[in-house]
Amino acid sequence: MVACLILRKAHFYEPISEPVSHPEGNNTVTLVPGDGVGPELMNSVQDVFSAAGVPVDFEEIFISEIQPGQSATVQTVVESFRRNGVGLKGILTSPSTYKGGVLRTVNMKIRRELDLFANVVRVKSLPGFHTRHNNLDFVIIREQTEGEYSALEHESVSGVVECLKIITRANSMRIAKFAFDYAMRHHRKKVTAVHKANIMKLGDGLFLACCEEVSKMYPTIKYENMIIDNCCMQVHCVNYISGARHSFAEAVGKNIANPTASLLSACNMLKHIHLEYHSRIIHDAVLRVIKSGKVRTKDMGGHNTTSDFTQAVISSLHH
Amino acid sequence: MIPGDGIGPEISQAVKEIFASAGAPVEWEDVDVTPVKGPDGVFRLPQKIFDSMAETRIGLKGPLATPIGKGHQSLNLALRKSFNLYANVRPCKSIEGFKTPYDDVNLITIRENTEGEYSGIEHKIVDGVVQSIKLITENASRRVAEYAFKYARENNRSTVTVVHKANIMRMSDGLFLKCCREVANKNKDIRFTESYLDTVCLNMVQDPTQFDVLVMPNLYGDILSDLCAGLIGGLGVTPSGNIGEDGAIFESVHGTAPDIAGQDKANPTALLLSAVMMLRHMGLGDYGRRIEKAALDTVKDGKVLTADLGGNATCSAYTKEICARVQNTP
Repeated sequence: MVACLILRKAHFYEPISEPVSHPEGNNTVTLVPGDGVGPELMNSVQDVFSAAGVPVDFEEIFISEIQPGQSATVQTVVESFRRNGVGLKGILTSPSTYKGGVLRTVNMKIRRELDLFANVVRVKSLPGFHTRHNNLDFVIIREQTEGEYSALEHESVSGVVECLKIITRANSMRIAKFAFDYAMRHHRKKVTAVHKANIMKLGDGLFLACCEEVSKMYPTIKYENMIIDNCCMQVHCVNYISGARHSFAEAVGKNIANPTASLLSACNMLKHIHLEYHSRIIHDAVLRVIKSGKVRTKDMGGHNTTSDFTQAVISSLHH
Repeated sequence: MIPGDGIGPEISQAVKEIFASAGAPVEWEDVDVTPVKGPDGVFRLPQKIFDSMAETRIGLKGPLATPIGKGHQSLNLALRKSFNLYANVRPCKSIEGFKTPYDDVNLITIRENTEGEYSGIEHKIVDGVVQSIKLITENASRRVAEYAFKYARENNRSTVTVVHKANIMRMSDGLFLKCCREVANKNKDIRFTESYLDTVCLNMVQDPTQFDVLVMPNLYGDILSDLCAGLIGGLGVTPSGNIGEDGAIFESVHGTAPDIAGQDKANPTALLLSAVMMLRHMGLGDYGRRIEKAALDTVKDGKVLTADLGGNATCSAYTKEICARVQNTP
């Protein structure tokens, strides 16, 4: 949580044209629909993909910590991800009541097994959708294999719990290098290391030292660091993804969830597997729908359903 | 009174003048907390602060500069430990006339202040691997939960929300959550809700008016309370109180601002509003109300404001304005 990096300032996308020839054969992608509204949102993604003619086949696997009866095993999911190399995942709910037993959540297990060390969230204001903060454009990169999420906890004596936060040089160097590489690749100008090294002098201190060391290898990118509380006060970052971080269980089956975040994540995935053209047309279609302001789900102040929004994106695909 | 460093002496003088104008029955005893070297060579807080606090059990503190390096313990931490200041309370209330993107914010963050990620227990296991320990105990968790409900009741608040991450830290935050639930069960007159830290952060920037009293472990409180301060315009206008078993210390949480120290430019609002919290804590709420009204009216009027509030008045002119108003406030 504390160990994260923020990148600032971007260029707009370079213009992009349709590839001369489509790659041969389809890419297979693992799809984990997740809990809550996850399956509805993934349907929206699948509909838009097929309308856009994206050469991707989904291998759908259901896994859930709150519906263990129907759930596939972590191993199955991991094998599928390994085979396909890439996947889309809805939110998996982690129950908050701990009844003893395994400390690690399914999310953590999948991350750990596949060594998914970097979580990347792009925060960019959507034109046409006004919030209290506009013109935001930054990227949050988070180390997600260790730190407070190590799942190492024990009750030393009754009523006294120790939770270990582990910071290693290897993982800190790796995430710092990832952040600077990302900044280079995406023409960003600055990397900010966010920390609490004034309190966790050794742990966050190590993280900070690693970031500093890596920054020396990238002289063209500005580097600075900021204490987390100060950062929070100044950034006030706005997230337009209502309900995306939790499974929004109360909205299940009501066709009201907002598929924007899922669609934009799917675009990121397409870019990752070098389907830039398809990524771009879907991305632009989503932005067009939001900018026009005619079709909006409830969380964005509208009255439209998930399917209305999906249809609107589909019909604006080839404009 | 611990005037503090940098702009500290100026803003504490302002508070004293305003208290005098209001006729508040408070006598100040100034204490310097610069650490002194003991016979064993270790730097410690001077004895005078302990003597003074033992007698008064209540203090007001300006900003302190912690000397860097040489293993100095942070003075704030030293005070916190010395007087068992277990709960940090920060009311965040929108100030009329001081425009931010958010209106009608009115919430309280209550932060457990003695353990959690701030236990200070860290070690290097092997080269390149560091382990920091987040310590959560039943006693400390229950103590802060009980205070949160007590505060809610005394201040006519309707809801206490526990902010946690028990889905990830299932045992430690799980214990904190369990203690809050138990205390909530004994305080059925106050509504109790639970929320994840990340959800609270998201909802906070979308619509902070939905929150009332929030209680949470140390690190979350540290971060969230500053985030909330940002909602209403920053640390220059946010008061804070540290409630302990052996007394209470109220303080402004902004820095020492060495760049403007001694130039009569500082903004005493945060320290003044902290002093108002102190009056309420002492059962002198009526003086608190008058001083608060005078200060808020001054900001609302917008005629005499310090530079950080968007005006060009000096600290003493701003103080004088509040003094004049407080005398005319019934």
